[in-house]
Amino acid sequence: MGSQGGFGQSKEFLDLVKSIGETRSKSEEDRIVLHEIETLKRRINEPDTPKRKMKEYIIRLVYIEMLGHDASFGYIHAVKMTHDDSLLLKRTGYLAVTLFLNEDHDLIILIVNTIQKDLKSDNFLVVCAALNACCKLINEETIPAVIQQVVELLAHPKEAVRKKAVMALHSFHQRSPSSVNHLVSNFRKVGALWLYGFSTCVVKLSDNDPGVMGATLCPLYDLITIDVNLYKDLVGSFVNILKQVAERRLPKSYEYHQTPAPFIQIKLLKIMALLGSGDKKSSEQMYTVIGDIMRKSDTVSNIGNAVLFECICCISSIQPSPKLLETAADAIAKFLKSDSHNLRYMGINALGRLIQISPGIAEQHQLAVIDCLEDPDDTLKRKTFELLYKMTKSSNVEVIVDRMIDYMISINDSHYKTETASRCVELAEQFAPSNHWFIQIMNKVFQHAGDLVNPKVAHNLMRLIAEGFGEDDDAADSQLRSSAVESYLKIVDEPKLPSAFLQVICWVLGEYGTADGKYSASYISGKLCDVAEAHSSDDIVKAYAVTALMKVYCFEKAAGRKMSLLPECQSLLEELSASHSSDLQQRAYEFQSILSLDANAIEDIMPLDASCEDIEIDKSLSFLNNYVHNSLEQGAEPYIPENERSGTLNISNIRNHNPYEHPTHSLRFEAYEVPKPAVPTNLPPTLTYPTELVPAPIPEPSYQPTLTSGPVSDADSGSTELRLRLDGVQKKWGKPAYSSAASSSTSNFDSHRTSVNGATQLDNVISKSHEPREPQIEVSEEKQKLAASLFGGRTARSERKQSGGAAGYSKVSRTTNHGDDKVQPTIVTATVQPPPPDLLDLGEPTGPSSSYSSTVDPFTQLEGLLDLSKDDSAVTTTSNGPDLTAVYTTASTNGQNQNPNPLINEKDNMNGAPNPSNRTASLTKGPSLKDALDKDTLVRQMGVNPTSQNPSLFSDLLG
Amino acid sequence: MIRAMIVINNQGKPRLSKFYNYTPVDQQHQVIRSIYSVLCLQPENVSNFIEGGSILGPDSRLVYKLFATLYFIFVFDSSENELAMFDLIQVYVETLEKCFSNVCELDIVLNYSKMHTILDEMILGGQVVETNSEKVMQAVEEISKLEKVTAATKFISKSTSLLWG
Repeated sequence: MGSQGGFGQSKEFLDLVKSIGETRSKSEEDRIVLHEIETLKRRINEPDTPKRKMKEYIIRLVYIEMLGHDASFGYIHAVKMTHDDSLLLKRTGYLAVTLFLNEDHDLIILIVNTIQKDLKSDNFLVVCAALNACCKLINEETIPAVIQQVVELLAHPKEAVRKKAVMALHSFHQRSPSSVNHLVSNFRKVGALWLYGFSTCVVKLSDNDPGVMGATLCPLYDLITIDVNLYKDLVGSFVNILKQVAERRLPKSYEYHQTPAPFIQIKLLKIMALLGSGDKKSSEQMYTVIGDIMRKSDTVSNIGNAVLFECICCISSIQPSPKLLETAADAIAKFLKSDSHNLRYMGINALGRLIQISPGIAEQHQLAVIDCLEDPDDTLKRKTFELLYKMTKSSNVEVIVDRMIDYMISINDSHYKTETASRCVELAEQFAPSNHWFIQIMNKVFQHAGDLVNPKVAHNLMRLIAEGFGEDDDAADSQLRSSAVESYLKIVDEPKLPSAFLQVICWVLGEYGTADGKYSASYISGKLCDVAEAHSSDDIVKAYAVTALMKVYCFEKAAGRKMSLLPECQSLLEELSASHSSDLQQRAYEFQSILSLDANAIEDIMPLDASCEDIEIDKSLSFLNNYVHNSLEQGAEPYIPENERSGTLNISNIRNHNPYEHPTHSLRFEAYEVPKPAVPTNLPPTLTYPTELVPAPIPEPSYQPTLTSGPVSDADSGSTELRLRLDGVQKKWGKPAYSSAASSSTSNFDSHRTSVNGATQLDNVISKSHEPREPQIEVSEEKQKLAASLFGGRTARSERKQSGGAAGYSKVSRTTNHGDDKVQPTIVTATVQPPPPDLLDLGEPTGPSSSYSSTVDPFTQLEGLLDLSKDDSAVTTTSNGPDLTAVYTTASTNGQNQNPNPLINEKDNMNGAPNPSNRTASLTKGPSLKDALDKDTLVRQMGVNPTSQNPSLFSDLLG
Repeated sequence: MIRAMIVINNQGKPRLSKFYNYTPVDQQHQVIRSIYSVLCLQPENVSNFIEGGSILGPDSRLVYKLFATLYFIFVFDSSENELAMFDLIQVYVETLEKCFSNVCELDIVLNYSKMHTILDEMILGGQVVETNSEKVMQAVEEISKLEKVTAATKFISKSTSLLWG
């Protein structure tokens, strides 16, 4: 044993292997290997190293790399070795480079030439070695260099060479599709060769050597996966070949454990499954041969069962034949009854496929399935849960989900825990027999899977509670809510609740805690304060809690009841208004400013149960048209869109321009100019806004903490910048509050100027950064999709309104008119304080508010609402998002597209304070939320099917 | 396709590894380690399949078989049949058996490049090309014979040149 022939190694290598084998610890092994690396580095670079020695060094390098150490210093020597004439060395070189290098490595270019040369070699072993290398090392760019030769090799007299040439072409094919885009011209050439190459492949199907034919099936399988229809005409030949194989027409040497060419059979069955899927005619051609194979198959050997399994897969994929289904069911029964875990695994797997087309089949195997569920084998168990998941329907959902939750609790692997949790949620959402059950399940999932649960689940849950289950049954919805409230009140005191769950709890308590009158506001507030206190390190939870408190307070007040803040709530507010988190601080201030408002204003700011309202935004600020027009007539400079602006920089707007640069660098490195002159000059030019001279009415006192607002606006990339500047300004002017933020932000967002005196309007205008806008659109889109998936109708986005309504989103429409015009005036009065003529004029209003505006309440987002209210002119009806304090915007007519930097402007109350929302939170979540929602929709869309397909499974399971 | 073939011993030391998609060395090592950590916890008498979602990424599974001190592992995706892969291990080991007669871990360690040669005859670019161990043997023997010849000529020419030089 040991070293034979050319494979012999030196004593040194043996010692190395032995000493590594004897190491007890990783560090010891590392030490040995590092020493070895040193030795090799030294030796390998010595001149005149004999080639045989060199070969051994290369093998040692490969060995070292296998142990996980970097051997890149020797790559070049491996490459050199491929140039050697000796077959032994050449093969070693090829072996090493295929292991060391990837197809895009810089050294590949040095090998291509050698490969080309070797492909022409007389020695077929050299050709084989080169073809091996081709499979691994030739990338898109180098394919043209060798493809011609490889195609020629398809006609090589040696079977082994033909086989490898086919595989090499296959690997080229896997690589090059992606190259189509950037290699258009080249690709044509390659494409032509492809056709040739693969038409030869097809010819090769009848290659008299079965090995080559078998190899050809691999690329064919891939090709057929890409486009089935091109190969329908081959069904006959595949069936024919399979028949011949099954009838043992192949040479004896192709039998493996008495099964004729099993790997070829499996590949053929896979191909047939693709070809026969949804194609009755093709499928019918296959029935006989599949039936034959199943009948003849040897169920004792492993490989026989592999073929059998493949037959079942094929049967479940092609147009069903009752007779074959029956045979398949029998085969599955045998698998499931087997003692071998492998076979049972395959059985469950096969059952999972078959029930998709023949749901009844599961019934006879219930017991076996339950056994598998209780088996200690984790792989088997998981597969069984997958099966159960597939066969869930409303009648058995309770049993299955309970099982899944038990399993979820029992495992530690976070990957599977997450997966199981999300399946539970999905099934619960789909099939929940009752609201109460649903809430219970969600509570369990959150409690046990904790933060592993995708945040989208929490949002979904809130949305579900807010929207109800889609029916128009308000009573059921409110019942759902009160059962949620009740269960949360029970659970909320438990320690160690995951953050996402607490957020849901806070939101629900805030929104619906007092809705049914069962619990007093002070009781709910007390609980919320407890939550905030108990999770003092979790800012998000605290934010949710504060906002919930604010809602409770508002609802009480709006309902005309007397409500005094609990002492603990007071102290919480005090604590938060000094919080390091600007978000919390903002919420606290908002709350405090709400306290001073009267009931009417509060009702407008915080309408009861309005989380489902749609809010629309006038993105183009059409309501400012008049104002702009007037200003222009008075000689103001016209607005220049941002993208046209850069060329026209002048000193005055340099400053303004800066904000646009932040995408590239978020920090400014150059020193700030002397603040003095800059600030004043700066403002006027603010991007061409006509209104320079007009003092903008300014934000209210509540905003004084603008300081904080700077940082708060994580919305935009530029936040740092903003803040920095603010600071400077403040010092300069001594009056911190408003001005500072304003200037910077204005420049930042090209909000259109509003009317001069239209103080009211002005105040409220908020320029929005893009971020907030996107989520909004997404959400509405998601709603649409959801509606579509639920109701089958799909409408263009523009028609959102209607579609929503049609889809039965009663809620959406319900409130539409709520806020509209009326609100505007009220709020204005309430909020608009006598605008102190600001030091820094215009910029102001936008400034402070911008930070707010940029953020959006996640909840509202959830509900697909952005705060917008509409204008009469608005084409779309707007609904008013109650949640948002921001009251309204006027609708616009201009498409946002026209605006290069589409901003959403909305009017916000200066006291924006009323808006309790956790805007910041939403920001950060923005993108992922969108993803999550999208995914969720997909899941739902797909999920809808199983239900209908599974009419009556496991009827007894559910009891 | 087959994503990787790995042989590790029951102490977690890699004996052979071949990845059919390019995988950086440290990642290879990571994969091997996580596979080992799963395998060594496998109780006896369970199936030889493991769904690899958590360690190997989506749509991946592995089949393993323990021979004496060595785990033979194939990692592959859903386009392969688990049982067939299970038998592929069998084929590979049978071939090794024929090559080394009474194969043991030491043979495998010492004949590192031969292991690769055998594997390359069976699997190319992640696809199974040959499953007949006789044929694989033939090819491997042909290669080693040829290599021996070239090595011998090399050797002779060198010694003669020594003589003459």
